[in-house]
Amino acid sequence: MSGTWMTTRAWLLMLPLLVIMVAVIGWPLVDTVRLSFTDAQLVGTAGNYVGFDNYTKMLTSSNFSRTLVTTTWFAVISVAAEMVIGVLAALLLNQEFRGRAVLRGLMILPWALPTVVNATLWRLIYNPEYGALNAALTQLHLLDDYRSWLGEPGTALAALIVADCWKNFPLVALIALAALQAVPRDITAAALVDGAGPFNRFRFVILPYLAGPLMVALVLRTIEAFKVFDIIWVMTRGGPANSTRSLSILVYQEAFSFQRAGSGASLALIVTLLVTVLAVAYAALVRKTAGSAT
Amino acid sequence: MLKSIGKTLLGAVFVGGLLVPHAFAETTLNALFMAQAAYSEADVRSMTEAFTKANPDIKVNLEFVPYEGLHDKTVLAQGSGGGYDVVLFDVIWPAEYATNKVLVDVSSKITDDMKKGVLPGAWTTVQYDGKYYGMPWILDTKYLFYNKEILEKAGIKAPPKTWEELGQQAKIIQDKGLLKTPIAWSWSQAEAAVCDYTTLVSAYGGDFLKDGKPDFQNGGGLSALKYMVDSYKSGLTNPNSKEFLEEDVRKVFENGDAAFALNWTYMYNMANDPKDSKVAGKVGVVPAPGVAGTSEVSAVNGSMGLGITAVSKHQDEAWKYIEFMTSQATQNQYAKLSLPIWASSYDDPAVTKGQEELIAAAKLGLAAMYPRPTTPKYQQLSTALQQAIQESLLGQTAPEDALKTAAENSGL
Repeated sequence: MSGTWMTTRAWLLMLPLLVIMVAVIGWPLVDTVRLSFTDAQLVGTAGNYVGFDNYTKMLTSSNFSRTLVTTTWFAVISVAAEMVIGVLAALLLNQEFRGRAVLRGLMILPWALPTVVNATLWRLIYNPEYGALNAALTQLHLLDDYRSWLGEPGTALAALIVADCWKNFPLVALIALAALQAVPRDITAAALVDGAGPFNRFRFVILPYLAGPLMVALVLRTIEAFKVFDIIWVMTRGGPANSTRSLSILVYQEAFSFQRAGSGASLALIVTLLVTVLAVAYAALVRKTAGSAT
Repeated sequence: MLKSIGKTLLGAVFVGGLLVPHAFAETTLNALFMAQAAYSEADVRSMTEAFTKANPDIKVNLEFVPYEGLHDKTVLAQGSGGGYDVVLFDVIWPAEYATNKVLVDVSSKITDDMKKGVLPGAWTTVQYDGKYYGMPWILDTKYLFYNKEILEKAGIKAPPKTWEELGQQAKIIQDKGLLKTPIAWSWSQAEAAVCDYTTLVSAYGGDFLKDGKPDFQNGGGLSALKYMVDSYKSGLTNPNSKEFLEEDVRKVFENGDAAFALNWTYMYNMANDPKDSKVAGKVGVVPAPGVAGTSEVSAVNGSMGLGITAVSKHQDEAWKYIEFMTSQATQNQYAKLSLPIWASSYDDPAVTKGQEELIAAAKLGLAAMYPRPTTPKYQQLSTALQQAIQESLLGQTAPEDALKTAAENSGL
């Protein structure tokens, strides 16, 4: 069989998928771009062409800059914490001990639960009147009085980050655990014989095996964290005083609550662009780490 | 499943016999309700069951979402072209829904008996620009609930008649060490906070809009927010109020952790139910207070209506369903969590029995209901106000500046 026939056949086999992709991703994207240059309302008027008005208004509004900062903080801290906790959990679960299988199963639970369930659960934990966190901290004498964790701008974002970490570190742990099991035993044994300490064993023997898969986890989690909506919506709806409002919530309010489809579309595209830039940068990094690992 | 197969077979028999060819042409209505407060989900289900029993050719699919999702879900379903035949809507949405053609004008369907029988204040829930966009269904306002036992222990003879007096009584309770923070409100960044604010705006005689332009940053509107901030800063108000929704307020009150709480009708019978509530039998209710020299009582119009969406293909059946749900008989039967829209119901012992105190408060409160502004841009205005309220409570911005910014961001 000739190479060109193979290529043609490959394309033919992919054709149905391509058609579906164009229909469900391509067309809405094109339509969103069109909308973003109009003053269309969600229901009712189709809208007139307004050029870059929506973009300039959005990019110069204090709402946007403030929300971008909030979202960035949320994404950077929660993803960093998830990576560290996830790897530590994976290292722990890679040890031989009794009950390991049960623990592995349990660990995945927060990730497997729907986000709304997680968020509701954490709202109860943070409840300022009857919450478990307040009860625990006051009984341990770490806190004099119950606090309103989600009601203070100073703690609300941190409280959300903790909830998000709890939900998402299992994914990182799972990916890391799979990678750890690929580390040949004789190499770690040899490092031990050569007198490498735990840190050096991790840094020079184990980490190279982990780097590739961890980059994948990092890319996935960063993109998701930048798009965060549900956990915040359920727990604070962006409050108090908009201190936890994420970019996705801003898009949602603009497009659906205020029904300004045009400017909502422009904002959605700005967010898409940001996430794409991040993804491309990461992809380049992945290629580099993957290259250096082999 | 079996039942529907049975029905189909039965239908086939009729059609075959050319008896009543349309009798079993089933229509399915999709209806959107909310999953909290006022009528409970179980109430709505059993009302609907009674309706379908009486109208076997109509099936009703019920969907429940939290209040916070009701508006957006309705609009999104409309935008995507599919969706609901009957929707529950809040008093603040008819302007927007009418402008954007989400609901159909049902003015011609409202009978004279309805016009005469329903409380005049209830109609404002479904009207915009002189037209009717549905039937009022949940007639509601915020009342001041109080814990009789705590007031008694504090030596307070009667619940407060003015907001100033509310503060004084709360101070007595606090000073006597009966409660650390006697007042609970729902001031979370949500519509709930705007409802509490509106109650105070009505007490202080303020206006939301004047000639279509924001006017809440002056006069009564400003005094209302200042009252909230003072009450919060003085420590008489539970500081957690700024993350409370109505249900949080109810739990705090039912646990005996609040002497005063502002909430909707539904709390009265729930807080008096010994199954969940520690304060059953001690629940007092009066209209929200007034301001000396300005108002006797205050109240926000928190009513909701049932309407037919413009995309519905079964508007006649939908109206039949709405008529049933809002009928006096149905409403009287379920008057425990939501009071009827029908004037004569308030003299019916079947409705008033066991909740005489609530009915007495309702007669004053419902008559004083103050509307939130009817503008197609309501959501934006409300979002701006929520931010102003929260920033002021947190001490980030002075009430004057916060409301000025809200006026600028209201889109009006």
